[in-house]
Amino acid sequence: MERCFKIFRFDPENGSVPLYREYRIDVQPDWRILDCIHEIKWKLDGTLSFRRSCAHGVCGSDAMMINGKNRLACRTLVRDLKKRGVIRIDPLKGFPVIKDLIVDSDAFFERNEAVKPWFVNNDRPPEKERLQSPEERDRIDEPTKCILCGSCTSACPTYWYDKAYLGPAALLKAHRFIFDSRDQAGEERLEILNDLTGPYKCHTIFNCVETCPKEINVTGAIAELKMEILRSRLRKKSKSGR
Amino acid sequence: MTTISSPVLHRHDVLIVGAGGAGLRAALEASDGADVAVLSKVFPSRSHTGAAQGGIAAALGNVDDDSCEKHIFDTVKGSDYLGDQDAIEVLCSEAPQTVYELEHLGVPFSRLPDGRISQRPFGGHSATRACHAADRTGHVILHTLYEHCLRKEVRFYSEYYALSLIREEGSVEGVVAWDVVHGGIHLFHAKAVLLATGGYGRVFKTTSNAHANTGDGMAMAYAAGIPLEDMEFIQFHPTGIYKLGILITEGARGEGGILLNGHAERFMERYAPSMKDIAPRDVVSRAIYREIRENRGIGGKDYVHLDIRHMGKKKILEKLPDIHSFALTYIGVDAIREPIPVQPTAHYAMGGIPTDVDGRVVVDDKGTPVPGLYAAGECACVSVHGGNRLGCNSLLDIVVFGKRAGRRILTDIGGLGMPGPAADVADAVCLRIEDLLSGSGEETAAGIRSLLQEVMMFRCSVFRNEQLLREAQADLARLRTRYAGIRIMDRGRVCNTDLIEAWELGDLLSLAETMVAGALARKESRGAHFREDYPDRDDENFLKHTLVRKGAEGPEISYKPVVITRFQPRERTY
Repeated sequence: MERCFKIFRFDPENGSVPLYREYRIDVQPDWRILDCIHEIKWKLDGTLSFRRSCAHGVCGSDAMMINGKNRLACRTLVRDLKKRGVIRIDPLKGFPVIKDLIVDSDAFFERNEAVKPWFVNNDRPPEKERLQSPEERDRIDEPTKCILCGSCTSACPTYWYDKAYLGPAALLKAHRFIFDSRDQAGEERLEILNDLTGPYKCHTIFNCVETCPKEINVTGAIAELKMEILRSRLRKKSKSGR
Repeated sequence: MTTISSPVLHRHDVLIVGAGGAGLRAALEASDGADVAVLSKVFPSRSHTGAAQGGIAAALGNVDDDSCEKHIFDTVKGSDYLGDQDAIEVLCSEAPQTVYELEHLGVPFSRLPDGRISQRPFGGHSATRACHAADRTGHVILHTLYEHCLRKEVRFYSEYYALSLIREEGSVEGVVAWDVVHGGIHLFHAKAVLLATGGYGRVFKTTSNAHANTGDGMAMAYAAGIPLEDMEFIQFHPTGIYKLGILITEGARGEGGILLNGHAERFMERYAPSMKDIAPRDVVSRAIYREIRENRGIGGKDYVHLDIRHMGKKKILEKLPDIHSFALTYIGVDAIREPIPVQPTAHYAMGGIPTDVDGRVVVDDKGTPVPGLYAAGECACVSVHGGNRLGCNSLLDIVVFGKRAGRRILTDIGGLGMPGPAADVADAVCLRIEDLLSGSGEETAAGIRSLLQEVMMFRCSVFRNEQLLREAQADLARLRTRYAGIRIMDRGRVCNTDLIEAWELGDLLSLAETMVAGALARKESRGAHFREDYPDRDDENFLKHTLVRKGAEGPEISYKPVVITRFQPRERTY
């Protein structure tokens, strides 16, 4: 069946303004949107630029806005979208556009790095594995699913107007370590988060949850961080009070 | 016509090409005493290591009785005796420590009730050996290694595409690369270059591999006159989602899933009476194709069923959440209620750039190294996988040999000088880029690539014979000629993915030629290489590694012996 794709185009090299270009192609209902834009690139217009790699939703390269919602092009099928009308594709909002559907993600990754996103445990490691109960492991199951595709941060209205905000993805990464029973730098990370750039800036709009291709409850994780900052302050207070 | 201006120069002690598990583990190790840069054509967390699902093999013995000794034998037998036994011994003996080290770095492995790392059965392994994090083990290992590289302030050049090795008087002194985002040539001078660019599954039509898996490192080495080893050995994973090739982990069968043909018969009982559905991948893939050929596919079509329903909803969602979601998303199959349609999918290159156990690239049977050049991971051939890799041995391979290569580089760079800024080394590459950007032919890279993928799929995949391979050879020659006449639509420099795809296609063509040449010359069946006209293994004539070099008239074949220490070749049954 023929479908019309209306795709955001911007070429920084020829001085022109951004515009939408329409492409009509024959598609099947079980095609991924990635298959569709490949069909366009490979058969109609080689200048169309976008990122992609794994093509099955694990690498996080091809997050883009499809019919007004952030999704992975390789995890969205034609049949998942409304049956009629144009399929509109835009680059992720809130990130500067470099060319067509390719955005500048540097600021996004810098925020991720700001939360010390690495495991810290300064004790001498045991000869074998550190023990962790299945329940303790479950506590970090959701945040470890994150593929850093940027959908959540790009969908967050707070991030749109406040570029100092760490954003949902970076906060989720902090959560992954703060709630890992083996990690020892939780307090340090909570100090970083206890700032106007941190979880307090989350106004529970839930856009991140709606858009996450891994179905992670990001807003819930951010709420837990808010609680944990409070608990940490109480812990410190009771310690100094003694 | 676009003119490529003078290259931007960079210098680092160590340059690692590729940011998957092997590259990152090496970077982590080498950053202990050297200035390390990692260059990658995708952002590091996008690397294909992240798609590895099932697990990493190590004889921890957390679930049942196991030993490194058993792991070594399973791997040797799995390789159909083509793996080098000294290297396999290193791989398996270092496995437990390697997994513990990953755990100490924070990898969130799934756990047993007592808190130890959970393990599950896997194809070709005689014990319960696959350490895993649900069904996204590669993902968590990749992220953990990347995060520790950030901690150690490893310098990343993301979205730089390596085009060519800088080779001076035998040694390697750096890499010429293209800045994908901004456009432009960059020269990276380094005392040591490690290639960790992964596989080239994209040479086939149906593959589990990412679009990025175009064998860049192998092709660069080959173009620089370095031989490639055992290129005819390509693993087809038995269970790719029908038509799409998306991987359904062997862990699904490790957890109890079974394969059924069109008569709802558990056919693996006939092919591998003792291991059945968790026989090694070459055995299972051939069995599936036999069933399909003998008209026992589902509804007479070219697929079979993978049934995990009896595991029950709870266990499926706990142990195999991602594959449940893949089947639901892509083919609308709820694996809790229905069997999953599957067919073999091109998955892994056993062959690659020949190295020793310390990642040094060696060019002949005497182990002569190329000073300054190292390789690790799927792009390398140590050879620990021989004719067929066992599941979970590749995550192990990248971490063990990535680390060893990093350590060896640290030892070696003391004696290696920093090369001078010979700017003209990029001239040939600049010309080639300009040629591509100004090409006015009729051909498109996408058109030729799709033909290439069909040729390889239908003439050089699971079943091969002289006639098919000769046809493939002739097809490839024609495609090579047509490739010279390609035209790129995008003439710009910024994010010119059209240009990248065209360059990648040249590499895929070269690697396809090496695969077909090796397959034609190997007149026997061993591991994943099956010749219908020579259906038996021939140890007398072919218990040896293929080396293929770029010659004036195409690929040139020679051989080198297999290292056999303890296990003499025996008949391989499961």
